[in-house]
Amino acid sequence: MDWQALWLTLRLATFTTAILLAVSVPLAALLVLGRSRWLALLEALATLPLVLPPTVLGFFLLVLLGPRTAFGRGIIVVLGHPLAFSFSGLVVGSAIYSLPFAVQPLVAGFAAVDASLVDAARLLGARPVRLVSTVLVPLARRSMLTAVVLSFLHTVGEFGVVLMLGGDIPGATRTLSIVLYNQVENFDYAAAYRTAALLLSFSVVALAAIYATGYARQVSRGGRRA
Amino acid sequence: MLEFALSAHRGSFHLDVECRFASDWTVIFGPSGSGKSTLVRLLAGLDRARKGAEFVRVVLDETMLADSAHHAWTAPGRRNTALVTQHPALFPHLSVAANVAYGLAGLDRAARSTRVQEMLELAGATELAGHRPQYLSGGQAQRVALARALAPSPRLLLLDEPFSALDGTASDALISRLQVWLRKHNVQTVMVTHEAADAFAIGAEVALLREGRIVAQGPANDVLIAERNRLVGRLSAPY
Repeated sequence: MDWQALWLTLRLATFTTAILLAVSVPLAALLVLGRSRWLALLEALATLPLVLPPTVLGFFLLVLLGPRTAFGRGIIVVLGHPLAFSFSGLVVGSAIYSLPFAVQPLVAGFAAVDASLVDAARLLGARPVRLVSTVLVPLARRSMLTAVVLSFLHTVGEFGVVLMLGGDIPGATRTLSIVLYNQVENFDYAAAYRTAALLLSFSVVALAAIYATGYARQVSRGGRRA
Repeated sequence: MLEFALSAHRGSFHLDVECRFASDWTVIFGPSGSGKSTLVRLLAGLDRARKGAEFVRVVLDETMLADSAHHAWTAPGRRNTALVTQHPALFPHLSVAANVAYGLAGLDRAARSTRVQEMLELAGATELAGHRPQYLSGGQAQRVALARALAPSPRLLLLDEPFSALDGTASDALISRLQVWLRKHNVQTVMVTHEAADAFAIGAEVALLREGRIVAQGPANDVLIAERNRLVGRLSAPY
C-alpha cells in the first residue's frame, strides 16, 4: 500500500471538502433566495463541471494557472511558484471539479425548507447570514451531510483533473487513483486490487452513512412507508 | 397611521387598493380569494412589486416603507412590522422559548429571557416554553406565533386569520387581552379575515375587500349596515 498517496488523497479530499462547504453554502443560499435573473447563469456555471470531461477542465486549469496567462503569472508572483503541479493546485482544481456535487444537494435541501419559515425569519429581522445559519442550514442537515460526503468521495476518486493539473509527483500530487493507474500499467494486479478495494470501501462506507441517517429518521417516524 | 396603495397581479387576479387606516384596530373583511393574503404580504414586504406592471406604496407613521415608483423598499425585518398568519411557521428545530427569542437578537440574555416570559404570558403559553413546536396543538402553535411576532415590539401588527385553530372562547379571551396590550404599547393592528362575525365584533374600523378592491370602509356599524342594504337590494332585485 502506498501510504504516502493515501495520506495525500485524504488531505486533498479534506481540504477540498472544507473549501467547497465554505463556498457552496452561500452560493446555494443565493441561488435559492436570490431574485436576479442572472442567477440562472450562475447556476449553469456552478453545474458545468458535472458535464465537462475532467481532462478538458484539467487542461483549461493547467493553462489558466500556468505562466502563459496573466492570472497564472500573478499567482506565481504571489506564491512564488505556479499552482500547476503542486498540492495547492490540486486543491483548486478539485474544488472546481467537485463544485456541483456540493452545490446541488444544498440547493435541493435549502429549496425544500418551508418558505413560510424563511418569511418568518426575515420578518423577525434575520439578515441573510443569520437566515442561512439559523434556519436553512439546520433544517437542511441531511443535504449538508450529502454535500460533504459526495464532495469528499468525488475528490478521493478523481483522476482526469488530477493527472492533467498535477501530473504524478510522489508526495505532492500522486493520489490513490494515480497509484492505481500506475499499478495496472505495470501489471501489478495484486496491488491494484488492494488499492481499488480501498477506494471502493471509502465509497461504500460513506454512502451507507448517508443512507443510515435517512433510514434512522424514517424508522423514528414509524417506518419507511409511514 | 398606515397608508398604502397597492396594485399587483397574481395570475388573472388583480389587487388594486388604496387606503388610509388611522384606527388602532382595523379589520379587512373579504371572502376567500378576495386578495387578503396578497395585500398582507405586500404590506409586510414579503412580496415586492414587479417592475413596470405593479405598484406598491406603503407609509407607516409618515415613514416610507415602500414606494416602487421611486425604487424605495425597506426589508421586512426593518419595517417595525409583525405578521401572524393561519400557518404559525414556528422553527421546528428550536424550542418555543427560542422561537419567541428569535427576533430579540439585539437584547442581552437577561432582557431576552424576561421579554420571552412576558410574551408567553400574554399569549397564554407560559407552560410551553420548553416544548418543541411539533408537539404543540394548532391553537398552541398560533399562540406561540403571536408571542414571537410581538416580542420585538412592532409598531404595526398584521394578522391573517391567526386564531383559526383556537375555539371561540379561547379566541375571544386572547383577543380581549391582546387588544388591551396592543393599545397600551401603541401597536396599530390590521387583521384580515373572511369571518363576518370576527370582522364586525372586533373591528373599530372595517374595510370590505371584494375581488381585489376595497368597496367600503368606515366604522364597523356603518359598513355592516351598508353591506346589509346591498345584500337586501340584491336579493330583492328583479331577475
